[in-house]
Amino acid sequence: MKSSASAPAILSPVASSIRSVIAASSVGTLIEWYDFYIFGSMATIISTQFFPKENPTAALLSTLATFAAGFIVRPFGALVFGRLGDLVGRKYTFLLTLVLMGGSTFLIGCVPTYDAIGIAAPILVLLLRLLQGLALGGEYGGAATYVAEYSPIGRRGYFTSWIQTTATLGLFVSLLVILATRQSVGVAAFEDWGWRVPFLLSAVLVGVSIYIRLRMQESPLFQKLKAEGKTSKNPLAESFGKRENLKMVLLALLGATAGQGVIWYTGQFYALSFIQKACNVEFVQSNYILVIALAIATPGFILFGALSDRIGRKPIMLLGMLLGVLTYRPIYQAMYDVSDPSKKTEIPGQTLTSAEAGSVTTTKAFTDGTTWKSVQKSPTDLPKITVTLGTPGFWMMMGLVLIQVIYVTMVYGPIAAFLVELFPTRIRYTSMSLPYHIGNGVFGGLTPFLATALVEKAKSSGTPQAYLEGLWYPILVAAVCFTIGLVYLSNQRTNTQHD
Amino acid sequence: MNSIKRLFGLLWIALGLYVGYDRIVDSVSKIGSENLENRIFGWVVLLVLTPLITGGLCLFGYYAFKGEYDER
Repeated sequence: MKSSASAPAILSPVASSIRSVIAASSVGTLIEWYDFYIFGSMATIISTQFFPKENPTAALLSTLATFAAGFIVRPFGALVFGRLGDLVGRKYTFLLTLVLMGGSTFLIGCVPTYDAIGIAAPILVLLLRLLQGLALGGEYGGAATYVAEYSPIGRRGYFTSWIQTTATLGLFVSLLVILATRQSVGVAAFEDWGWRVPFLLSAVLVGVSIYIRLRMQESPLFQKLKAEGKTSKNPLAESFGKRENLKMVLLALLGATAGQGVIWYTGQFYALSFIQKACNVEFVQSNYILVIALAIATPGFILFGALSDRIGRKPIMLLGMLLGVLTYRPIYQAMYDVSDPSKKTEIPGQTLTSAEAGSVTTTKAFTDGTTWKSVQKSPTDLPKITVTLGTPGFWMMMGLVLIQVIYVTMVYGPIAAFLVELFPTRIRYTSMSLPYHIGNGVFGGLTPFLATALVEKAKSSGTPQAYLEGLWYPILVAAVCFTIGLVYLSNQRTNTQHD
Repeated sequence: MNSIKRLFGLLWIALGLYVGYDRIVDSVSKIGSENLENRIFGWVVLLVLTPLITGGLCLFGYYAFKGEYDER
């Protein structure tokens, strides 16, 4: 790959202009991620409101909403809006995705429940969820391309890293809003109507973001291309129909975004699922552990994005993947041990057992402040275990999640600049969006499901430490991706050959 | 380095075919499951993930073997 230190005049906007570009793009993208995550974070409540298990059609629609929006529709969104962005421009395309995302999120908050309108409720929610997935598929590529095309040469890693913070911040804000609403209105009211508040709030957030974005100019590189009449006539055919570009799309997917996707989902989502399901840590406490880790690690995106301008994107991204491959098993073993009551010292005389209406509740306390509670509703049922960690255990667990989120910042911080520089301006939006959403959405998004399936398989075959078996999926994908990246990727710093 | 890139191409093709076989066998067993979520998950793996992995790795391996990623 060629490098260049010379910067065309069009790429040297004043600092305040770049800050506005970053702010306008990042706020919109953050809101899109927020919109996307609140559905997932409130999946249990949404199921009870719209997808009753006793109705098989509603249960089917619920499962489709889970899988389709994340894994199938996102890449389609990348194709539809990527094409549009390369034909008419970045600015109007990512305005459209924002309206689509905000509108569908707001409407989910307005849909009457299954009890009120029957099967129409889950059908409406499924359709709106699909629109969310479609919009998300179009948003990220547009925002990353827009910021990168405004950035001065040699600073793309730093400037686009602000966009990279938005996915994690979106998750962070969604968890905060949900926890705050739940605490404000109370658990019962939250489950009745309060869950709608985070959805309705989206309308305000999107309105502000649209106002900011409308005032922005089109990207300078796209304007130049358009003025010279060099925009692509058929971005999809140029991106995926021509060998010289298709081979780069494949390299981006198999040498970077697939590994990035599994590291991203393992560090943020599988970690939370593991804490809740394998370690049995209490729901609110487990969410606080993740929220604190996300808050501490988020500057890492900026740090590694900026560092990639100095030493290149490749070594940072590949190191993040390698660390995941080498350390996931010991990290998850340590997480399990932190909550394992058999490794703690029980306080004698504080074990309480009570029986009420056929349900037996046992609580135990440990010297490190951890409490353990078991509720067994009938002798044939499996007991529901809840562990509330003491202070040392809480911070130890947070530290172990933090390490994983730091890996996330390593693979994710530089990747927008990496993808932008891999493809020519005329088909950049289309070409970078698809591998990103296949890598992040399909390879990454399936991580919790494939990992859980591996754990279940290991449990049924009696494998020792079955709870760690789910890690083989992210470990193997990241290992293959690391090897492909190491052998085939060039180390890019200020690649301008496509500008 | 170019010869390593080309030789590795064969490895990616073989890996793509193996993962494809493994995933198809696993998905078919899930599609036959009583559990609705397992059935849909099986279809997603069969129709979305498996073609991406197998098609992606085989095509990538083919390009690598033909020297498309050689440094010139």
